Amino acid sequence: MATVELKGVRKRFGAHEIIHGVDLRINDHEFVAFVGPSGSGKSTLLRMIAGLEEISEGEILIDGVAAQGVPPARRGLAMVFQSYALYPHMTVDENMSFSLRMAGVAKEERDRKVRAVARILEMEALLDRKPRELSGGQLQRVAIGRAMVRQPKAFLLDEPLSNLDAALQAQMRLELVRLHREVNTTMIYVTHDQVEAMTMADRIVVLNNGRVEQVGSPLELYQHPASLFVAGFIGAPKMSFLDVAVSSTAAGWVTLALANGVSVSLPAPAEEVKAGTRLKLGIRPEHVEMDGNGELQAEIDAVEHLGPRAYLHTRLSDGSRMVAQVSGDITLREGDRTALHIRADAGHLFDESGKALERRAPARPHQAV
Amino acid sequence: MTGGWKMRLALTLAGWTIALAMFSPILWMFLTSFKTEIAAVRTPPAIFFRPTLENYAAVLQRADYVQFALNSVAVSLGSTLLAMALAIPAAYSMAFFPTRHTRDILLWMLSTKMLPAVGVLVPIYLLWRDFGLLDTRLGLILIDSLGVLPIVVWMLFSFFREVPPEILEASRMDGATQTDELIHILLPLSMPGIAATALLAIILCWNEAFWSLNLTTVNAATLTAFTASFASPEGLFWAKLSAASTLATVPILIFGWISQRQLVRGLSFGAVK
Ligand SMILES: Nc1ncnc2c1ncn2[C@@H]1O[C@H](COP(=O)(O)OP(=O)(O)O)[C@@H](O)[C@H]1O
Ligand SMILES: [Mg+2]
Repeated sequence: MATVELKGVRKRFGAHEIIHGVDLRINDHEFVAFVGPSGSGKSTLLRMIAGLEEISEGEILIDGVAAQGVPPARRGLAMVFQSYALYPHMTVDENMSFSLRMAGVAKEERDRKVRAVARILEMEALLDRKPRELSGGQLQRVAIGRAMVRQPKAFLLDEPLSNLDAALQAQMRLELVRLHREVNTTMIYVTHDQVEAMTMADRIVVLNNGRVEQVGSPLELYQHPASLFVAGFIGAPKMSFLDVAVSSTAAGWVTLALANGVSVSLPAPAEEVKAGTRLKLGIRPEHVEMDGNGELQAEIDAVEHLGPRAYLHTRLSDGSRMVAQVSGDITLREGDRTALHIRADAGHLFDESGKALERRAPARPHQAV
Repeated sequence: MTGGWKMRLALTLAGWTIALAMFSPILWMFLTSFKTEIAAVRTPPAIFFRPTLENYAAVLQRADYVQFALNSVAVSLGSTLLAMALAIPAAYSMAFFPTRHTRDILLWMLSTKMLPAVGVLVPIYLLWRDFGLLDTRLGLILIDSLGVLPIVVWMLFSFFREVPPEILEASRMDGATQTDELIHILLPLSMPGIAATALLAIILCWNEAFWSLNLTTVNAATLTAFTASFASPEGLFWAKLSAASTLATVPILIFGWISQRQLVRGLSFGAVK
């Protein structure tokens, strides 16, 4: 049960600053994901919260108390490492009870707690085994179990699923969500995989180069990305971007000229732009349709079949790329040409600095094509 | 796989040849120790001869072998313990909390081994004299442990580096203090390496002769000094010297034989993990 607060947190390794002032508040019971590309500083941020890494500047408060100088174990947090970091020379039982042993908890009490956690995670049969006798999924469970035994105020997880195969990942995602519901403890979850963040987190913190790009619920980030970076990072396949120029504005509307001369209009804060302003128009695959009368001529680079639906990866006449979500029974192939229609009113606009213009598109339910 | 076995045969032959070449001086010493002094210096040397124990009798009569042997045991164990006690925390800190200068310090430590010991003989002798350490086991333990310290730190450092730092971090999250971390995690995990290091240190200290000859006379002299005392500028002494050498080397040979499994396991610890 903990709130975690970061105030102007910076981290330097030598003269090299890699976290550039992060402000963040994580609420009690919340499941927060730190997501961002590799090297964006997610692990470093998590390790500073854990106390494994010094803070160069700023403050971290756990339950309102400054964590500076408090050793990792006394912060009441438990961490699950990407490599699991189990103690290879100890059995599962000893691994899980190690923290209790360090805290001077009596043997019977330790056994009771370990068995209770083992029951929840359905791994009572593994207690006498050594880590080298376990499969990847079982190691993962033990690592989570070891964290749970301590009944921490918050769980810190650093890419805990990245060493598992895809099927196991999907299963563990569901289990982690269920676990979070059951223990109802704050969880801070680091991942480079936006799908994990989208499917599990209450709130997502998008990191880019040591800065917070945006904080919001999965749907907020998906529907209202604050920057070009977030728009491109959240969602798979990625949003497509077109270079456009404002041709005219009206109250609450802008009209854009696409590269091939076609004009489209969409609701947008018209007062922030004027005719001639260069913008980027972002369109998600589900807002692009195949349409014989469509305004864009496209050549298909690749067709990605997923069963119920398929994605067309296409190239437009001006060389820009566009992805369209289409019905799974499509018979088009690589090299074929087609016309596309973009539902411009569902589009996203970004100025030259990459900042999003406020999106006023009606969040209409998407019609299956 | 005919090429495979030819290669293996060649390697096996080469291995045996090298091993025999390295072992031959010891064999020679062993054989000589059972010859009479006259037979020992005869050229060409006799391969077949009637063995005698007279050299051993003479050697044991002239010096108290047991006391020298006990000194050797005490000094090599004591030096190893002291060196390990100093080196384990040092290697731990260098392996897991490296600074910009860690590499330099390690290299500097190793470079001290390139300085001939005789270069510091006078200052060490004077210091040991002033502190009353001459001809004491403690004095020899101190200097021998300093002598093996660079190698011990280096070896432990490389073994500790094999342990993933995340495992230590996990224990820190679990509430382990630095001492707990060492005792419950690091030492058990690197036990094969630590054992190999200790065994090597014992062997090196056992064979150490320079300081033993120069800093001890009677009370703390080790088997290396015992052996050297049978070399004399005149008269025939080869057979007796060989007998003394055999007596000095046999214990450590037996020790090495018993512990070789552990040594090999430890020294290949990193390679096979
Ligand atoms: N101990 C360290 N010393 C120097 N640079 C580091 C250290 N740890 C991480 N970094 C650098 O900090 C940046 C962020 O790393 P990290 O937090 O591990 O990113 P992420 O977990 O998002 O992949 C990277 O550029 C990395 O090279
Ligand atoms: Mg990371």
